[in-house]
Amino acid sequence: MNRASDELFASPSAAVPEPCLDVRRLNLRYANNKRVLKNIRLTIPQQRVTALIGPSGCGKTSLLRCFNRLNDLIEGCVIKGRIELDGRNIYSPKIDVTELRRRVGMVFQKPNPFPMSVYENVAFGLRIRGVNSRRRLDETVQESLQAAALWDEVKDRLHRSALELSGGQQQRLVIARTLAVEPEVLLLDESASALDPISTLKIEELISELKKSYTIVIVTHNLQQAARVSDYTAFLYMGNMIEFDSTARIFTNPLKRQTEDYITGRYG
Amino acid sequence: MKAEIARWLHGGTPWIWLSAGAVTFCLLVTLGLLLLLGARGLGHFWPKPVLEAVSTASAPPLAVIGEVAASESVAGIERQLLKLGNRDLLDSDFVWVVPALLENVDYPAQLATVERREWGNLYGYLSGIVQDGTRVAEVAAAEDHEALWRELGQRLDRAAELRRELEQIERSTIAEINSGMEELRLRERRLQLGGGEPAVELRQITRQREAFDRQYGEIRLRLLGLRRQIQRDAALFRIADGSEVELPVADIVRAYRPNDLNWLQAVGIYVERIGEFLSAAPRDSNIEGGLLPAIYGTAMMVLLMSVIVTPLGVVAAVYLSEYAPRGWFTSAIRVAVNNLAGVPSIVYGMFGLGFFIYLAGGEIDQLFHQEALPAPTFGTPGLLWASLTLALLTLPVVIVATEEGLANIPASLREGSLALGATQLETLWRVVLPLARPSMLTGLILAVARAAGEVAPLMLVGVVKLAPAPPLDSEFPYLHLDQQFMHLGYHVYDLAMQSPNVEAAMPQAFATAFLLVAVVIGLNLSAVVLRDRLREHYRAIDSRAWT
Repeated sequence: MNRASDELFASPSAAVPEPCLDVRRLNLRYANNKRVLKNIRLTIPQQRVTALIGPSGCGKTSLLRCFNRLNDLIEGCVIKGRIELDGRNIYSPKIDVTELRRRVGMVFQKPNPFPMSVYENVAFGLRIRGVNSRRRLDETVQESLQAAALWDEVKDRLHRSALELSGGQQQRLVIARTLAVEPEVLLLDESASALDPISTLKIEELISELKKSYTIVIVTHNLQQAARVSDYTAFLYMGNMIEFDSTARIFTNPLKRQTEDYITGRYG
Repeated sequence: MKAEIARWLHGGTPWIWLSAGAVTFCLLVTLGLLLLLGARGLGHFWPKPVLEAVSTASAPPLAVIGEVAASESVAGIERQLLKLGNRDLLDSDFVWVVPALLENVDYPAQLATVERREWGNLYGYLSGIVQDGTRVAEVAAAEDHEALWRELGQRLDRAAELRRELEQIERSTIAEINSGMEELRLRERRLQLGGGEPAVELRQITRQREAFDRQYGEIRLRLLGLRRQIQRDAALFRIADGSEVELPVADIVRAYRPNDLNWLQAVGIYVERIGEFLSAAPRDSNIEGGLLPAIYGTAMMVLLMSVIVTPLGVVAAVYLSEYAPRGWFTSAIRVAVNNLAGVPSIVYGMFGLGFFIYLAGGEIDQLFHQEALPAPTFGTPGLLWASLTLALLTLPVVIVATEEGLANIPASLREGSLALGATQLETLWRVVLPLARPSMLTGLILAVARAAGEVAPLMLVGVVKLAPAPPLDSEFPYLHLDQQFMHLGYHVYDLAMQSPNVEAAMPQAFATAFLLVAVVIGLNLSAVVLRDRLREHYRAIDSRAWT
């Protein structure tokens, strides 16, 4: 926990945050033997928003899915290296994957509410943990929906199907569903890319609000979005971590040439 | 011109016409089949007019009474099939006649159609009523007819009342005594097999048996009394050749004057006969009467099969699609399952007979029903084995449909559930399986449709021409899995191919076939409605998240 002196956070401007996820020499290979991630080294700071940017196919989604071990589902996917969450390697065999996934929540690109009521969607995570007390469920559902800024829109229709909501509402519902299991980290995989501008704005506002209590990692193709919502930005290219720094530094004065080229739109 | 044809071809118009034609053809064939079955099957119940005529085809002209059952044209000459009835009195109850050779064709109002419990219909004039061997009423004048028919109606009602009482006693009290006696016999046999000195219990058994015997003696006396009473009345009918026949009133199911019916009365008889068809047991070697045991047997078998095949098929499909490692072995299993659907059903029948009945049933008898041996209890065709055989037969359908449904569930929903910390089982149970319900139902629909119409394997594993009792009754254990049962499909076969009197059985065969088709369609429709309601429930996903 005392890696505060890490060189990457040497920025004098901000108070140095605690590290949350620590990625060390991470390599990932899929069944077709393609190396997708090469010796990634990255430290995600606590209660900050970290954006992963890079051109399509650079491995940012693969990296994100390493944080909650969702890549385990892909047959033939080989992962080497370490990712530490609070100092413990999440790829250690002693780790309970379902417990890890509760601590590291994920929101996907397209809204994927379950075909149930709004209420049951949010209560899903609690129900599978065996929570059945009506009062606790009610409380958590309300708190989570409020935290996801959706409560006012759905409070009168909690028991109607979640599939009747608009895309933006569905995405906030998925966020609420994730918040309901009280994660520490929130992974957002291009979660605002399939939405209309107003919904995108709402999600972005939500992200700024949520970072007070959660560590957030987002993957985005939208550089303006990364600039708007994130505190730190990592630039990946061809499976390599090119540069990681505070967002202000990356977007104004990057150290690497490649980063600058990408930021200014010369490729990608 | 050439360019136009080319454009016409490329535009796809001929293919549209071709496919539309194919659909139309299928539709016409289906409709035609239903119409044929419906017309011939349902028309059977309408009271037909009965004609009286003199046939001049034979050397001494012959008086005939009968109804026209069919007509056809042979080499330009019209001929009609006349149903003469009175099977017990005539050589043959159907005869082909040429209308031109019939003289004095008439439809007298007083001509009666009498449906009997045995020997089919009787046609003739009601001419008197006999009670205890003496004539108590007869026709002297024209207005006497009505009085005589009223008299007959009253006596029919009385006979029906007595018959109900008789059947009540036979069905409940006698059955109780019989099953009690059988139980005693088995207990005794068990004691004998067990050895030792069970003298006390044997004495007890003997006492109980005596009690049963006494009870049976009393009931037998009561039955004898009732039977004498029911035989008291008889009706006299004058038939075509002028002779008078005496018919016990107890043997009459229904008597009416078809030429004298107004429309409402005809509808009444029609409805009554359809009611009888649906709610009574068959009589007269299945040619007449109802189909209740067959409807019942078919439904029970299909129900039992569904209960067996659904969980089995769904679990197998879940394993194949969710847990089985991808590889040649799994593929081979999948191919084998698909091929199972193509195995001729009679092979399943043989398998059911060999494996279920002889092997499994024989084992069960050895273990649990030793005292009844050598008479088999489960080692003989029965409802359970028929259902199991059909479950096996329809298993591939359920597996394939369910697997398809599981494969169509978007990965995003599984990932969403897993990302919340659900295990694979929880994901399967709470997210995947509910979504796959419509496809499971599709599988079940196909399975039920196939099972309800299957006949060949059933002949080997439990279906019989006439089952004495339905497989579900008020007697413990209520559902008799070891009993043989009747089945609509087999009933059609039996009527059409095995009947001693093909002409008489034909209408009943059509009606049964119509009912079978209606039952299958009804089962299908209800399942389709259920599935569509489920689909409706999930439809929104198709348009939004399912991409």
